[in-house]
Amino acid sequence: MNETRRGFLKALGLTTVGTGLGIPLLRALRPGSGTVLAQVSGPAETAPAAVPGRQWAMVVDVEKCLRDDVRAAVIEACDREHNIPRIPDPKQEVKWVWSDEYGDIFADQINAHTPAAAREAPVLVMCNHCTDPPCIRVCPTGATWKREKDGIVMMDMHRCIGCRYCMAACPFGSRSFNWRDPRPYVEHDENGKPLSDFPTRMKGVVEKCTFCAERIDEGGEPACVEALRQVPGAEGALVFGDVNDPESEVSRILSEHLVMERRPTLGTGPNVYYLVPDALPALAAAPSAGVDGNHPVSERGEVAP
Amino acid sequence: MIQNVLHGGRRYWGLLAFWGVLILIGGLAYSHQFAVGLQVTGMSRDVSWGLYIAQFTFMVGVAASAVMVVLPYYLHDHKAFGKTVILGEFLAVSSVLVCMLFIFVDMGQPRRVMNVVLHPQFHSLMFWDFMSLSGYLLLNLVIGFLAIEAERKGTPPPRWVRPFIYLSIPWAVSIHTVTAFLYSGLSARPFWMTAILAPRFLASAFAAGPSLLIVLALLVRRFGGFDVGARAIRSLGTIVTYAMAVNVFFVLVESFTAIYSGIPHDEEAFRYLFMGLDGHAALRPWTWVGDALAVVSLTGLLIPKIRHQERWLVLLCGGVFASLWIEKGLALVVTGFIPSPLGIVTEYAPTAPEIAITLGVYALGGLVLTALYKLVLNVREKTQLA
Repeated sequence: MNETRRGFLKALGLTTVGTGLGIPLLRALRPGSGTVLAQVSGPAETAPAAVPGRQWAMVVDVEKCLRDDVRAAVIEACDREHNIPRIPDPKQEVKWVWSDEYGDIFADQINAHTPAAAREAPVLVMCNHCTDPPCIRVCPTGATWKREKDGIVMMDMHRCIGCRYCMAACPFGSRSFNWRDPRPYVEHDENGKPLSDFPTRMKGVVEKCTFCAERIDEGGEPACVEALRQVPGAEGALVFGDVNDPESEVSRILSEHLVMERRPTLGTGPNVYYLVPDALPALAAAPSAGVDGNHPVSERGEVAP
Repeated sequence: MIQNVLHGGRRYWGLLAFWGVLILIGGLAYSHQFAVGLQVTGMSRDVSWGLYIAQFTFMVGVAASAVMVVLPYYLHDHKAFGKTVILGEFLAVSSVLVCMLFIFVDMGQPRRVMNVVLHPQFHSLMFWDFMSLSGYLLLNLVIGFLAIEAERKGTPPPRWVRPFIYLSIPWAVSIHTVTAFLYSGLSARPFWMTAILAPRFLASAFAAGPSLLIVLALLVRRFGGFDVGARAIRSLGTIVTYAMAVNVFFVLVESFTAIYSGIPHDEEAFRYLFMGLDGHAALRPWTWVGDALAVVSLTGLLIPKIRHQERWLVLLCGGVFASLWIEKGLALVVTGFIPSPLGIVTEYAPTAPEIAITLGVYALGGLVLTALYKLVLNVREKTQLA
């Protein structure tokens, strides 16, 4: 073998080993860059207002959310707040919060005698902001991570490489991939601008519910929860709060009622809880107190005109 | 030495042109996918991985199978493999390349591929897979080129390469183990979440890879005038037989646990494969054909009188390869997504652009393999003349 080629091979080897091992090691050693060091430096370095040990959670009152107008208000508010595209092909839809059937969401809770009305009862689903999220474990770039200050499972749409490993890992189907450029499918106002300031996404990245982290950081509450304040009789349909604060409304509900979470045996520790009425079969069969009765609701939860 | 790749007969150039056309079509399809996104594929919310990731998984196995010639030759001094080793190593090189390309074409944001090393996540198996594949590519490139260079000069390979050869043996096992761990650690997908997935991957790899190598060796003998020797072919046949028997056993073991226990989550995927679920049965014919091929080929292989006849062996190897491709390159990935976490059966079928891109990636691997084998043939020709 001639000397130049040997040199080239050596350089190639060193470069590959360098990028392969060197950069991760360097990153782990560089202060403030790796997760390990973030833990060592502690929450003092994060936002000063952060209360350590917070974990935001949501309680969904399934009975109150049987009303079509309640679910529609929730989904509408979320879609507007986050400029969520309305993609006609259901196989390539983007959904942050949507309505699905009780029997599919709580497949372990139904039996051969559960009436169809209960199986088909619409229930709101969204990202569970798990305590131990499998999506974060698998993400190869740290594009999805759990906020230390309040437990929100975040998404960095600028770092995501679109490998969709998180979608394979999520046991709740809560993640959506932008199979196409979403911008043409985002609703615009009369000036041709998207309805909200929330950045629109590009094709090829994964997204999901973030509990409206940007609103929480400004002392607000999630858009869906806020929207329900305008719907008469919808108080408490969605309750949002810190599950680690014993004084919070969420904690009160969890201490006074038996609540359900999705697929608890998988150990991911969902932070979205469901208050399910004993009489769900009867309630779901009765015409709802909302708009027009128990007509079929689209998967997205929109009220048919 | 390298420039020899550019000298060849009409048949050689014809083959390169064939790969070139497929690469061109695949490249055009990819530029379309690059422009408009992965919407051009048959993948969906529910089945979010498809043909690309399945081919990646299958080809990691083919890459790993080089160990089936390296190990007997270097650790057991199995002389019959003397001329086969380099073919195995270069097959590994082109297979790893194909694997990496399949991951790349599956990415939603391919321009950000370096984020995997810029923001490494040690808890992600994808990071480790990236590392182990790169390492394996490098090992086989270095070992392969040093071996062929030494042969050209008529000297033994340098002593310092020995440790790397030994290292490549566990490394080959590691690439397919890590690839299996990508799947088997996901609580969301009961079909994949089985401890036997990694052993199964290895067994099927050690059957599919050497099957391909037998076919390639016979092609090289016929068209390249280079004979690896009947003993090598026979040894490879034995390896395919044992590996295939173990693989079939593993599949049966796994099916037993899933079906006898009767837990719906575990059983449904198998029901989908063999019978269909909720009126969806796209993979049913493939499953039955694949399993029939597996049984017939294995039976043939187990009978020495049949296995030892090369024309039968080639057919049986074709059967093994096809059945394992159906099992791993088609059914394994898609079925993991059926039913979805919300109990929905969404079926998947690759689209024309997806198939064109897939063929293009394979053609690129074929091109590299052709060039590398040409290199080997040139060196062998010269040493034989001398």
